[in-house]
Amino acid sequence: MPSLPLSSQLINLFAALLLLLAFAMLTQRRILSLINLFALQGFVLVLSTGVVAYSTHQTHLYYSALLTLILKVLLLPWILHRLIRALNVRWDVETLIDIPATMLIGIVLVIFAFNLATPISQIAGTITRSTLGIATASILLAFLMMITRRKAVSQVIGFLAMENGLFFAATSATYGMPMVVELGIALDVLIGTFIFGVFFFHIRETFESLDIHHLEKLKER
Amino acid sequence: MELLLVLGVPFAGGIVLAFWGHRRFAPELNSGMSLLTLLAAVGLTARIIADGPILVWNETFFVDSFNVFLVALTAFVAFTTSLFSRPYMRIELNHGRLSPNRLRLYHSMYQMFSFTMLLALLTNNVGILWVAMEAATLTTVLLVSLYRTPASLEAAWKYFILCGVGIAQALFGTILLYFAAEKVLGSGGTALLWTHLNEVKGELEPTVLGLAFVFLLVGYGTKVGLAPLHNWLPDAHAEGPTPISAVLSGLLLNVALYAVVRAKVLAEGALGTHFAGNLMMGFGLLSVVVAAFLLSRQKDIKRLFAYSSIEHMGLMTFAFGMGGALATFAGLLHMTVHSLTKSAIFFAVGHAAQKSGTQVMADIRGLIDSNPTIGWGLMIGSLAILGTPPFGVFASEFLLLTAAMHQQPWATPFLLAALGVAFAAIFGKVQPMVFGTATAKRLPHPPALIPVFVHLAIVLLLGLYIPPYLAEWYRQAAALIG
Amino acid sequence: MSITSGIVFQVLQSVLVVLIAPLMLGWVNQCRAWLQNRSGAGIWQPYQVLNKLFHKDAVLAHNASSLFRATPYILFGCMWLAVGIVPVLATSLPFAPAADVIALVGLFALARVFVSLAGMDIGTSFGTLGARREMMIGFLAEPAMLMTLFTASLISHSTSLVTIVETLAHRELVIYPSMAFAAVAFLMVLLAENARIPIDNPATHLELTMIHEAMILEYSARHLALVEWAASLKLTAYITIGIAMFLPWGIAQAGDWAGLLIALAVLAVKLALAGAGLALLETISAKMRIFRAPEFLGTAFMLATLGMLIHFLLEI
Repeated sequence: MPSLPLSSQLINLFAALLLLLAFAMLTQRRILSLINLFALQGFVLVLSTGVVAYSTHQTHLYYSALLTLILKVLLLPWILHRLIRALNVRWDVETLIDIPATMLIGIVLVIFAFNLATPISQIAGTITRSTLGIATASILLAFLMMITRRKAVSQVIGFLAMENGLFFAATSATYGMPMVVELGIALDVLIGTFIFGVFFFHIRETFESLDIHHLEKLKER
Repeated sequence: MELLLVLGVPFAGGIVLAFWGHRRFAPELNSGMSLLTLLAAVGLTARIIADGPILVWNETFFVDSFNVFLVALTAFVAFTTSLFSRPYMRIELNHGRLSPNRLRLYHSMYQMFSFTMLLALLTNNVGILWVAMEAATLTTVLLVSLYRTPASLEAAWKYFILCGVGIAQALFGTILLYFAAEKVLGSGGTALLWTHLNEVKGELEPTVLGLAFVFLLVGYGTKVGLAPLHNWLPDAHAEGPTPISAVLSGLLLNVALYAVVRAKVLAEGALGTHFAGNLMMGFGLLSVVVAAFLLSRQKDIKRLFAYSSIEHMGLMTFAFGMGGALATFAGLLHMTVHSLTKSAIFFAVGHAAQKSGTQVMADIRGLIDSNPTIGWGLMIGSLAILGTPPFGVFASEFLLLTAAMHQQPWATPFLLAALGVAFAAIFGKVQPMVFGTATAKRLPHPPALIPVFVHLAIVLLLGLYIPPYLAEWYRQAAALIG
Repeated sequence: MSITSGIVFQVLQSVLVVLIAPLMLGWVNQCRAWLQNRSGAGIWQPYQVLNKLFHKDAVLAHNASSLFRATPYILFGCMWLAVGIVPVLATSLPFAPAADVIALVGLFALARVFVSLAGMDIGTSFGTLGARREMMIGFLAEPAMLMTLFTASLISHSTSLVTIVETLAHRELVIYPSMAFAAVAFLMVLLAENARIPIDNPATHLELTMIHEAMILEYSARHLALVEWAASLKLTAYITIGIAMFLPWGIAQAGDWAGLLIALAVLAVKLALAGAGLALLETISAKMRIFRAPEFLGTAFMLATLGMLIHFLLEI
């Protein structure tokens, strides 16, 4: 089997790392580690985009990588760190289903995502097309993380991780969306995080805790 | 020119009100901004009627008959709601449920929300459409939790998370769409422009477009309130301040449906089969049935009408899914009249709840006695939304059912049953509220009910007689949608 | 390459690994001591322990069965066989066809069964405690181990360790993410199966925290010597399997004496680095609660499965 050029190998490696980080976030208990993993995931994205930019000579991807670096590796984790320090939230003691079961469901989701993405990968013309399955898998894993968590902060980090997966999907399927759209998405993510932050303070004020179970009283009567 | 004003005024208004939104003249400033937007929208509409579809500013914005009437509707309802919000918010301030600072947030976000909705309607770029929809969610989230009660925080959280996840699916769908478009149109900005996509939709890869449409439907459908993704809607409408419920119900749901329909046009062109339409019909029918049967269990008046919104959006989705000139005409007409009627109802409901101090229906009684305008407004509004002739809703539902009987006869019994159940539920609950012995007290400020009756009058007019230019307009839009 | 030189290589390899296994253990302990800022007991300490134990008289309980007496020998035999057939110095040895990864896992399982039974044989509570815990760990570690081995064998299209080594040693350097995942999973299984931190502390004297040590509490003298020797052989076996699968470069062909010297040198360096790495890992981790062990091993299983899935997605 002929081996791929170095850039493709690197991209595959980064993609695998991304998936690993998505799984690691799924099984983490400490919120501090979650934020660091999220920052690391952003960093891996930056590296991956950089390699794609270098090997395909698409200069707008450099700007995209820079934007991701500023937003997802520096700004957002900083905001999140300040938030959890102010809110005094450190641990997410329980998850809704225990961790080994979560991991098994995660594996099933990964298989599903790979199946879903294969027909599209075959049509794609980018060098990164085989990583579309991994992008879809990390989106689904972030989604799983959102729904199995109890603390509000973990849900938000899951949401941001989903956004990471979407960015990776865009880069792997199409060499990134046009810059104006990417800027818009970045702006939305930033504003969204601010609003989340404001939200947490409101929730904490009213409920004295950030446990989501307090937010389940409105039901069908 | 007009488009710049239509977008620029609300954006500027949002910024201005961020500084001055807590002053005494803030509500008037808010209404003034909305009036300016409305005038600009009317100007834009006149130009489109005269000249036909236009592309503005290097193809960034595209105005055709489909979205211009939605622009006009949005600007109009935003204006009347701002008129309603003046006395309503004054009373809330008086009752102590809000502080001036929160009013500042409210006014500023109200204008920004108008801006994001208009941007979503007018943009030609599918990516910017996504950005605007997400921004619309962001501007309203803090407004839903404005009262800072536990229930409103929960509602806002659910709204944020569910709509956020939904919008993420829509982003994935947009990425897939771009991916398919790039092959035909080349990379760079043009592959995301709807006008270009519309021209080449026959050449787009069917499997990818099918998958993209599913994600777009699920994503934007969450914002439309289609079952089973509707969970956020009753809570958000019930716990937020009434003007927000009115614009959410009357306007945001429409804009989300507009996004779905634009996607459907592309998907049908690419696939050649009726897959997209069938999906929409399925979701629409499910929403109608689920909402109708959940209506009778509601105890809170705003939740009741929120479910009614879900039901009507389901009807519209079903209509657009069916396709064909008659069904699409019915869908467009329904969009208009539902928007006007539902906002009118929410205006009346808002004041009724303020008078009685509660939103629980069992505790509101005898509105006709204590305040005839509110009572009659609610009664007539409910009759209108339930499809009583000669109101406009009856006309659109009748057209829809006729089209259904021709094209999809199997669905007609479900639709009729659901409509019947909804009628019984809503009428049964509204009637004791309006009649019966009065329990409400006087309001510190006189309520604003001119908007209510203006809306209802328009709906009545549309039920009796659709002006020819409006009919022509709907027909053009229907032709666009196919 | 003749039969005789092949047999000579094989014997050389088997004897060599048996002799250096305690040295490996000593090296790991010494590195740990250095990292903990102690002076340590020296790298030859395990030999001195074995020497001391062989000179003592064995003390057996009254109700010890023949299984109890036979287990140390069985254990030692299994481990020696396992280490003997792993290609550490040279490929294409006479025993090579037996070096199938699944057979190796079977050997380890056999050893585990016997030592667990021996732990329960006397009837003390600590023995049974250790046996139950060992079985739980083994039950969870075995699927992870198998999955790791499957992933590693996917690239070479064979489960024979020799084929894997040959395929990977002679290829140009390619980054295989699936192998990276499998390597991490293998490391986690290694820690679990060899009773290292974070699963079990080999230096503990608190019986309630023991897993492996608890089963062999009743052994003394030559039996204990054989059991300890077998434990160090098991560690060496795992490390050499890991090296064979993930770092196979430098291995010699059978019959190539010059290559053998290079292979010896390379092997020494690899083992030294592996030992130091293991010591480092043990120093920076803490022992986890026994109820977290399933999570740990579940993670290993998941990583190995991920590696396999990634192989199918990215590398075909």
